[in-house]
Amino acid sequence: MSWLDSPASDTQIPHRNRLWLYFISGLVIIFLIVPTFIVIPMSFSASQYLEFPPESWDIRWYENYFGSSEWMTATWVSLKAAVITVLITTPIATMAAYGLYVSQLRLSRFIFILLITPMMVPVILIAIGVFFAYTKLKLNNSMIGLVLAHSTLALPMVLIVISAGLRSYDMNQERVARSLGASRLKAFFIVTLPQIRFSVITGALLAFIVSFDEVIVALFITGGKMSTITRSMFLALRDQIDPTIASISTIMVLVTSIALLLAQVFGQSKRK
Amino acid sequence: MADSANSMGNTLTRINAVGLRQDERRERLALFGLSVPAILLVIVIVAIPVGWLFWLSLFNDEGVLSTYNYTRMLESKSYFRIFRTTFNVSFMTTALCVIIGYPFAYFLAQLPQRWANIGLIAVLLPFWTSLLVRTYAWLVVLQRKGLVNQWGMELGLWDAPLRLVHNMNGTLIGMAHIMLPFLVLPLYGSMRTIDQDYVKAASNLGASPFQAFWNIYLPLSLPGLFAGIVVVFVLCLGFFVTPAVLGGGRIIMVSMKIETIIDLFFNFGTASALGVVLMLLTLLVLFISHKLLRLDRVLGGGGGS
Amino acid sequence: MPVTDQDNALPITIRSVTKTYGDVYALDEVDLDVQSGEFLTLLGPSGSGKTTLLMVLAGFTRPDHGSVLFGESEVIRMPPHKREVGMVFQNYALFPHMTVAGNIGFPLRLRGIDKKTARERVENALGTVQLGGYGDRRIDQLSGGQMQRVALARAIVFEPRILLMDEPLSALDKKLREHMQIELRHLHEKLGMTTVYVTHDQREALTMSDRVAVINDGKLMQLDSPRQIYDQPASTFVANFIGESTLLPVDHRNGQVSYAGNPIDIKGSESKNGSFLMLRPERLILLSSNNDSAYNTFQGKVKDIVYQGESFLLYVTLIDGTDVAVRSVSQKDLIAAVPEVNSQIVLGLHPDETVLIPDDNE
Repeated sequence: MSWLDSPASDTQIPHRNRLWLYFISGLVIIFLIVPTFIVIPMSFSASQYLEFPPESWDIRWYENYFGSSEWMTATWVSLKAAVITVLITTPIATMAAYGLYVSQLRLSRFIFILLITPMMVPVILIAIGVFFAYTKLKLNNSMIGLVLAHSTLALPMVLIVISAGLRSYDMNQERVARSLGASRLKAFFIVTLPQIRFSVITGALLAFIVSFDEVIVALFITGGKMSTITRSMFLALRDQIDPTIASISTIMVLVTSIALLLAQVFGQSKRK
Repeated sequence: MADSANSMGNTLTRINAVGLRQDERRERLALFGLSVPAILLVIVIVAIPVGWLFWLSLFNDEGVLSTYNYTRMLESKSYFRIFRTTFNVSFMTTALCVIIGYPFAYFLAQLPQRWANIGLIAVLLPFWTSLLVRTYAWLVVLQRKGLVNQWGMELGLWDAPLRLVHNMNGTLIGMAHIMLPFLVLPLYGSMRTIDQDYVKAASNLGASPFQAFWNIYLPLSLPGLFAGIVVVFVLCLGFFVTPAVLGGGRIIMVSMKIETIIDLFFNFGTASALGVVLMLLTLLVLFISHKLLRLDRVLGGGGGS
Repeated sequence: MPVTDQDNALPITIRSVTKTYGDVYALDEVDLDVQSGEFLTLLGPSGSGKTTLLMVLAGFTRPDHGSVLFGESEVIRMPPHKREVGMVFQNYALFPHMTVAGNIGFPLRLRGIDKKTARERVENALGTVQLGGYGDRRIDQLSGGQMQRVALARAIVFEPRILLMDEPLSALDKKLREHMQIELRHLHEKLGMTTVYVTHDQREALTMSDRVAVINDGKLMQLDSPRQIYDQPASTFVANFIGESTLLPVDHRNGQVSYAGNPIDIKGSESKNGSFLMLRPERLILLSSNNDSAYNTFQGKVKDIVYQGESFLLYVTLIDGTDVAVRSVSQKDLIAAVPEVNSQIVLGLHPDETVLIPDDNE
């Protein structure tokens, strides 16, 4: 009996009758993956126009990118903002997640929803609101302003991830630690935190990506020397198409892939 | 027991009651205090500015309190068009995602765990890759000299280059790509929790594979599907970057209009009103789906008997 | 009454402890004395409040009011980490990111004990639970029984004078559980600390305890030795919860107790005024048709006979319609005498073993 006739599921339907499903799924995988990776060969094209497949190969767009002080400044701004955002959001979200989870009041649920609102309100509304407020407070074009905005945007996701991690964690361990003589604070750091570290790391990664990838708020509240790389890319895309973007995109894709790979590796070893 | 104890006099029986209540309160406060920094952040960055905007939207261009900004929306044809476009795009993107995403999620859910995890990378990788990068990639792929047209013409599928970008087509394709993981992930999660014993029971009772799927599997996967649909739809409503780049200026969504109003006219009253309406629509969709999903759970529990 | 503190044990005095969740009384004015060094079991069905009471003792649940003394000190407002009690949880709660020695040494590290002494004491503790040499193992390498012993070692290594255990054996299979019951008992005799043990398994309670506290609906129903609990239950709840029993309603007239018109001799009953007579299956014997005046007798008809290996059960319907179970050990002579289904039979209960169940307000 060839593979085609062997059963594919508990209903004993043979693979033969499911080929259309496999075909569609294959197409979907291509649909999902190709745009992500197509920037890589594009970035090596020598031509001025966006070309795929590239007629001739060149690294001039990379040279453009690394050689341009504007692009480099923007990259630096984005990186710095992302790192500071992680450093602010992760502890704040962890504290909130823990406090809300342990206190178990009805009020806690309301507060949780309150802390999720940055994810529910349309980003454009937050963007113009913050822009308006920052104009009054003279916080536009400042790293502090940018970081505060990004931290708030990242907070909901980090909170959700860490709360989920707490929920699947056995609180009895913290109780045991306390019965053995550790105060709540000590017990948290010695016992609980190491156990939920996977969630915390995932949350930190998410915070980084939310900040680094953020376009809309940065569009309004940054500019010139403070422009983030995403803002500059977006404007470049809208106004004229510069293949330098391809090289930047390639770098971003590679960084993401590595981060994802690391996350999977850590995830597997932890799950054992 | 408690009654007879009461009659003996409060001080004697409620030993330590006051002290214990104090301890309880102190502990609650300390735990609550842990969430204060987060609360402050959200209030200062989101609640106050958005509230301020809402306040601003209540004043017309002369600075007089009125609902002008809102009534203008109802009367103006262009605003109506913008809302209609936004809903259309959201609706069609969601539909596309469901059509493509459901079979794919089903396929992944049927794979043994190890292969499914590898398949999930195909979903997670775009999910984590920068939005801008993917939008840009679609721009290149769909343009006149782009990959799709090149291959399509080479394979003889069509003669003249199709206009796939800077219009609705390109926007939909791009947005479907961005939104697909948001549908597949909750749907897949929900499908994974379906106990295969149900399907086996259906087969045993006489259902063909299709009947088993249609009557048993599909209804059980609906919670995850609805969750995914709600997420995608709500995200589409407020979406900015992809339609701005791939729409070529022809597709105007509410968020883009808001940006234009601030950028060109610096008119916070109008922009805020638009933003508030967008937010209310979003909340409405969330509220309706919350009710529907609850209903679904109730029906799912009692139905079929 | 609290006994004077031994060196390694403290008495526990619980007064008026009450805990409500909304309208529900999880604990209702509980008064309980645990004597220094005794092994006391809190026994009751799920939701009875026994675990809540244990959590109050540990400090994880704050009651609405009440007092808990460890020896002479009031601890009710003391946070858990200052109470110096050892605790074993149902799911062991071993720290997966530490080794066995790491887990056991944890309380010692918290108390600032130097590494060398700590290592010795960890080894001692491992020896006490018969896991000598297991120090370097990781937690995921251990079996259920081993994990339970590590949890125990961790709870006793810092020599607490009170030990609390929350259904520690419920995750183990039957044979291992029975073995561990005896081991825990021996451990208690060796170390001597006051132990409060929570379980819903009455057999476990009767096997291991010096005294048993039966708890239901947040109230203490009876506090007695296992023997007393079994032989002289203080309420219908305890009679039904512990062992198997059938309760027969009896009449009191002119100081004489009777059932279905026949007088009953209640010599063995501590309570003289209860409304119910307790029949335990293993206390009933099969009499020959001649009425033996030494026994309290009950007439009935055999409904069913079930062979159960070490014993067999007879289901008998008495004259007034009540169903009763009789258990007889499968010994050679007795098997030969097993009556047939539908035959008439006379059951006997010796007056020394005849017990009345007190009414609730006695």
